[in-house]
Amino acid sequence: MKIVVLVKVVPDTYGDRKLNLETGLADREASEAVVDEIGERALELALSYADANEGTEVVLLTLAPEGATATIRKGLAMGAGSAIHVSDQGLRGADLGLTAGTLAAAIRRLEFDLVITGNISTDGSGGMIPAMLAELLDVPHATGLSSVEISDGVVSGSRPVESGVQQVSANLPAVISITEALPSGRFPNFKGIMAAKKKPLEVLTLSDLGIIADDPEAASSIMLTVTEKPPRAAGVKIIDEGDAGEKLADFLVENRLA
Amino acid sequence: MTEFPRDAILVVVEVQGSGGLEQAAAGLLGAAAAVGTPVALVLTPPGAGSAAAAEAAVLGAARVLIVETTDPSVLGVPSVDALFAAVERVRPDAILISHSLDGRDLAGRYAARSRAAVCADAVGVARDEEGVVAHHSVYGGAYNVTSASTFGAPVITVRQGSIEARATAQPEESETLAVTPSEKPAARIDSFEEEVGASSRPELRGAAKVVAGGRGFGSQEQFALVGQLADTLGAAVGASRAAVDAGYVPQSHQVGQTGVSVSSQLYVALGISGAIQHRAGMQTSKMIVAVNKDSDAPIFEIADFGVVGDLFKVVPQLISALQARKKQ
Ligand SMILES: Cc1cc2nc3c(=O)[nH]c(=O)nc-3n(C[C@H](O)[C@H](O)[C@H](O)COP(=O)(O)OP(=O)(O)OC[C@H]3O[C@@H](n4cnc5c(N)ncnc54)[C@H](O)[C@@H]3O)c2cc1C
Ligand SMILES: Nc1ncnc2c1ncn2[C@@H]1O[C@H](COP(=O)(O)O)[C@@H](O)[C@H]1O
Repeated sequence: MKIVVLVKVVPDTYGDRKLNLETGLADREASEAVVDEIGERALELALSYADANEGTEVVLLTLAPEGATATIRKGLAMGAGSAIHVSDQGLRGADLGLTAGTLAAAIRRLEFDLVITGNISTDGSGGMIPAMLAELLDVPHATGLSSVEISDGVVSGSRPVESGVQQVSANLPAVISITEALPSGRFPNFKGIMAAKKKPLEVLTLSDLGIIADDPEAASSIMLTVTEKPPRAAGVKIIDEGDAGEKLADFLVENRLA
Repeated sequence: MTEFPRDAILVVVEVQGSGGLEQAAAGLLGAAAAVGTPVALVLTPPGAGSAAAAEAAVLGAARVLIVETTDPSVLGVPSVDALFAAVERVRPDAILISHSLDGRDLAGRYAARSRAAVCADAVGVARDEEGVVAHHSVYGGAYNVTSASTFGAPVITVRQGSIEARATAQPEESETLAVTPSEKPAARIDSFEEEVGASSRPELRGAAKVVAGGRGFGSQEQFALVGQLADTLGAAVGASRAAVDAGYVPQSHQVGQTGVSVSSQLYVALGISGAIQHRAGMQTSKMIVAVNKDSDAPIFEIADFGVVGDLFKVVPQLISALQARKKQ
């Protein structure tokens, strides 16, 4: 079984995330780049399957700027067998379409059984890459899974939707995306960190994948304007002296909120 | 068959479970009506098409295309095939779909198939000289961004609960759309457990008032206090991720980066520290009230009215004070 885990390198949500107001791109100086937490959960799912099933190969795949190598090594230290890093100047500010096309081209080179992704990334909030990949790779998608079972030739799980919970299953090869209901990623141990240094990390460019960044056939999404909203200021703060509930009630009534 | 309007906005709405149109339908049609003529594509289980079409017209669809799925156990792919056929027929200026899980799958697969541009997680739409543009609220509301397609109709997914505009009802004009199946491999829905709308409380998404609780409640039993205040105020119930992880409340109530984003008139945060990821989902609310026993809790940095105190004392007193004032 070969499992490809897709992780996105994003600005740390714990930091002060900034957009460059001229280019509309993420300001990479402003905050630290980390593997999106949901990506670590996706990797954990693959690794726990590999722990229990000998002969499982776990490949990490990311499309990210040059500097992301250190972040990818962390995934190798957690236990992935190898990593592919797609990096190219032509991918600066890539929209969902170009991102999906490039990732699909990288996945196509591997003989994969299962692709695991996060349900939604914390920087883009697109939540569409998994379905786009399934379409491009011509395989089923089973997205937003809050529990997953991987067995011979089939992946299945629970899929919470608006009106209830579905139980879904797909024949492999397939693309699945998972929610944060799945366990968080393991911490790399010393042995893992040492081993990661020797694991294969392939860096690919667009031309390696035969992708043209500005294909005239494909429409792309462009940012027209970016404006920053002024940060919110703090208002009144009172310390409870036994009557704060009353005061709060007054405040809500005065503001016609109760 | 008559021609479709030249400024058609194709709105995709699905029938949910055993019920009617998905919640987002009214907002999607409301947004569409502001930038063109709303044409609805309703995707339904067998036999539910005409009821759904009537409902879509009431919500403002000038024209309705009905597609009844032949096999409701196939996940996603039939909707993509239907959307493909609908776009061929309608030639819309834009396609609006809910930013729900199924909506995102549909938008993503369709865009990949047709090589259309996607504008994801929009909180509004507008029209400029060149076409339809999407408005986004990025990084937890810290930035406003507009986006558009380089050419062709953009596929815009709209954040649930973000559109207040409603379209005026239209006389029903519907037709059944013929769809050629793509036969692409798809996952199967083996079973479905419907969540019966147990609560009479407002839906969290798009709620005007939200009362949210965090880890400070300490247990599921004590979290019931959140519901009591919510009911007193006519508010929806929200929660921090820590409260969800601790099992006080189902995940669907999570507010924040990886939960629901709300922009309510009133947001009451009880026993919530105000971690940056929580704030990302609520800081665009008009009025923020917080109760926390730690005066350094970051939630106070954005609260219009903050109370440093024990929520188990403050909240019951607040509830009885509000009830007493109601009786006056
Ligand atoms: C990628 C990522 C995504 C995330 N997404 C989300 C998200 O969507 N939503 C979210 O909420 N979090 C999210 N988080 C988690 C976030 O970082 C915090 O861990 C979480 O918000 C903390 O929840 P809390 O405030 O309830 O708990 P805590 O931080 O433990 O705070 C509890 C608060 O309760 C107060 N308290 C305790 N007892 C009382 C009492 N008797 N009276 C009054 N106050 C009391 C304490 O002073 C404390 O401030 C995310 C984290 C990551 C990394
Ligand atoms: N640039 C990327 N590199 C690798 N994986 C990605 C990338 N973008 C998105 N993904 C995967 O797709 C998931 C959903 O992302 P998105 O659709 O962008 O919200 C992420 O959790 C990742 O698993």
